[in-house]
Amino acid sequence: MKAGEYMKGRVHSIETMGTVDGPGMRFVVFLQGCPMRCAYCHNPDTWDNVGDSTMMTIDEIWEQFERNRSFYTNGGITVTGGEPLVQIDFVLALFTYFKERGIHTCLDTSGITYTPVQRSKFEALLAVTDLAMLDIKDIDPTHHKDITKQSIDPVKAFAKLTTATNTDVWIRHVIVPGLTDNKDRHYRLGFFLGAMPNIKALDCLPYHVMGVNKYKELNIPYRLEGTQAAPKELAVAASKTVLAGMKAYRQHQWSVWPQEG
Amino acid sequence: MKHTAWNGFNTGVWDKAIDVRDFIQRNYVPYEGDDSFLVGPTERTTNLWQQVLKLYEEERAKGGMLDADTSVATHITAHAPGYIDKDLETIVGLQTDKPLKRAMFPYGGLRTAKSAVEEYGFEFDAQTEDFFKKHRKTHNDGVFDVYTPEMRAARSAHIITGLPDAYSRGRIIGDYRRVALYGVDHLIEEKLKEFDITMGDMLEEVIRDREEIKDQIRSLQELKEMAASYGYDISEPAKDVKEAIQWLYFGYLGAIKEQNGAAMSIGRNTTFLDIYAERDLKNGTYTEEQIQEFVDHFIMKLRMVRFARIHEYNNLFTGDPVWTTESIGGMGTDGRTLVSKMAFRYLHTLTNLGPAPEPNLTVLWSPRMPIGFRRFCAKLSIETSSIQYENDDLMRPNSGDDYAIACCVSPMRIGKEMQFFGARSNLAKCLLYAINGGVDEKSKKQVGPRYRPITSEYLDFDEVWERFDDMMEWLAGVYVNSLNIIHYMHDKYAYEKLEMALHDRKVTRWFATGIAGLSVVADSLSAIKFAKVKPVRDENGVAVEFEIDGDFPKYGNDDDRVDELAAKVVSTFMNKIRKHPTYRHSVPTMSLLTITSNVVYGTATGSTPDGRKAGEAFAPGANPMHGRDSHGAIASLASVAKMPWRDSSDGISNTFSIVPDALGKTGEAFVSMSDFDFDLDPSQLPNGNTNFACSEPNVTIDEK
Repeated sequence: MKAGEYMKGRVHSIETMGTVDGPGMRFVVFLQGCPMRCAYCHNPDTWDNVGDSTMMTIDEIWEQFERNRSFYTNGGITVTGGEPLVQIDFVLALFTYFKERGIHTCLDTSGITYTPVQRSKFEALLAVTDLAMLDIKDIDPTHHKDITKQSIDPVKAFAKLTTATNTDVWIRHVIVPGLTDNKDRHYRLGFFLGAMPNIKALDCLPYHVMGVNKYKELNIPYRLEGTQAAPKELAVAASKTVLAGMKAYRQHQWSVWPQEG
Repeated sequence: MKHTAWNGFNTGVWDKAIDVRDFIQRNYVPYEGDDSFLVGPTERTTNLWQQVLKLYEEERAKGGMLDADTSVATHITAHAPGYIDKDLETIVGLQTDKPLKRAMFPYGGLRTAKSAVEEYGFEFDAQTEDFFKKHRKTHNDGVFDVYTPEMRAARSAHIITGLPDAYSRGRIIGDYRRVALYGVDHLIEEKLKEFDITMGDMLEEVIRDREEIKDQIRSLQELKEMAASYGYDISEPAKDVKEAIQWLYFGYLGAIKEQNGAAMSIGRNTTFLDIYAERDLKNGTYTEEQIQEFVDHFIMKLRMVRFARIHEYNNLFTGDPVWTTESIGGMGTDGRTLVSKMAFRYLHTLTNLGPAPEPNLTVLWSPRMPIGFRRFCAKLSIETSSIQYENDDLMRPNSGDDYAIACCVSPMRIGKEMQFFGARSNLAKCLLYAINGGVDEKSKKQVGPRYRPITSEYLDFDEVWERFDDMMEWLAGVYVNSLNIIHYMHDKYAYEKLEMALHDRKVTRWFATGIAGLSVVADSLSAIKFAKVKPVRDENGVAVEFEIDGDFPKYGNDDDRVDELAAKVVSTFMNKIRKHPTYRHSVPTMSLLTITSNVVYGTATGSTPDGRKAGEAFAPGANPMHGRDSHGAIASLASVAKMPWRDSSDGISNTFSIVPDALGKTGEAFVSMSDFDFDLDPSQLPNGNTNFACSEPNVTIDEK
């Protein structure tokens, strides 16, 4: 039996016209399950490892992609979630399958599941990943823990791995008023990113409140109750600060990762 | 023949016979560049446009109608010349003697014309009313004289609906370019020749043809008179681009002075006009600024086209649309693009004058058009949301490369094809009739044939399909025959003299039928087939609600199980239409099209087996029902794209909107590293072109 027939993933949903999750127009697979509990998450329905998901084989996903393939000539497939790397074996098989067929693959991840023990598996995955979109919630360990309920260490380790494998990376960072709109931490984020020559783009996303209703439906308390959507200017300012941090790092020509305080 | 106005043009077939396409093909210059040559509005343009905006405001303040003619039955020469500001206008001509003043069109139906002005507080002239009542029958009178009781019942129940039996049918596009290229005298000469060869035994068909040609010639003479009242002699060909635009506009103006059809589209004119513009630029006759000014002033006029409509009509079409559709761009059958600089200039009016729904600027989209033009379209779409796109690659094989869109989707070879607009039949209601044995679920009247109703506790798919097939058979007959009456009477009492004068003698006539409620029917059949559907019947035994047990595939998710049901309905109904003879040997076609009237059709239809409640709006055109497409726009479009074009060649529409932010990343918050200078050793910079974040989505929409 071929991998396409037996490998199954827990799929939350499929969006056939993804225009903001990677370059061009993309077929976006949302996988179920995530260990992070980000305060501003707009997909809390993907947290649970089972939830309201459907088991799909790679063949089934390919079939849905292939019939409308002409739409994706400038794009490809994006796997997101949830945290897709909860199902890393499935994503590895899926991307291998799509790469064999010449499709651009994009992985939208927080990097949170990375452990050095699994390094070779992650390397194998990055070898069939054309672009990783790495969402760094906060550069400060304490704030990271507060926002996501998880440590930042695996995220940083994963970021360094992408540099080692020279995988193209877009950095995403959500700007939440009162939570992540801190200039000092943006600069430090930039300083960290300065050492990653494989970064191809930086995308600071203004916080929006479109996911709030889902919390009510799921009966989960929403930690950011009352927080207003961020104006675009806030995101623009943040990206400038991050870039300034990157520039500072690179102009000093440091060859090692900086220590942050 | 040879005119000095044609100096510098390559000759061919077009200078020996009327053939505008041949003129274009031999003379146009495809434009492969970008929008950098475009210029802003002149002071005159801005000034003039401010005056128009002020008029718009006054119009709104008066409840939607600024002024109306309540006594003169309009025709080409009915009104004295009108101006916005005579000294500023480079292109002239208004429908009546004053801007935004609406003309009176009684020939389609007197009552409609009367209500249209009275609903806005104007008084209809008693003498005019009396004259029409006593001496001049209208199209509407004719139709209702001969409708059968069955047709009247079907019409009142809204199972066939929106029929052009009380208003003018529209959807005919005169080849207005002929006025500019040949001049009116030459067109009259050619029509006289046609008249001479229209001979034979004098029976109805030949007599009608001869009478129509004489009417056409008369309208061309009136057109000359009308232009003369503005100080222009259009008997000769246009000499430059300004005259070409003016001549062409006079042709269109004549048509909208004579007819208030539902959709008065203007054709496909940019490539044609560009030939004049290129010659003038080369000869130094006009500058780019001047040419853009002519275009701006021309488009301004098209934005001011007004018809007096009744509220009911405006509800049906949600607003006060004219559908002055102008088809732009596309590819030629020889592989050259038909995009010219004039295509850019037309679209540039959205910037120079600001966005507007009219004229309905429609780009005939092909991914093979030059990238500069495609980028320009994408940019303007994001900025103005005012461009309609249609699939040129789909239509070109059938319609060639000199077709234009009438209304919103119907392709027609210009000057060679016209259509008999046929509105729609409500197939969702037809399905309910199949279940209820022809009894209307709202009025409880026996409207359809008294077939056996379905009495089982749960609906069985095979049984429902069989009954539905029978009921469609009946509906197709009533529908086609009603349309035959309508178009017979329209030709007799409200013939489009001028528009048809700008056609060849032998035209192909499309008999354009349509379907409303396709996705409701598809989902209903799917529910019956894949879930359990239990009708809830009222005291008359009529199914008024449906209880659905279980899930079922829904149209709009690229799921063949239900999409194939939808396609089967389309082909089945079309074949039933094809069984009937049609007026003037017209060729039956069908459209899956409603952009707005789906709301009204929904109001008139009871609850349906898909779970839609009584009165809820249908989805527009071939759209999936709202909220039932859960896999994103491409899956939704893929379902629509399965609808058979061969059985709905009058057009398939899918309406969807996207907020600009969802079209991809552009703004300042997204920074591509190649855009950012880090002042670094080049070896440390990332490689390759990463500026792909703004690459345009390659949306190929199957006819919007």
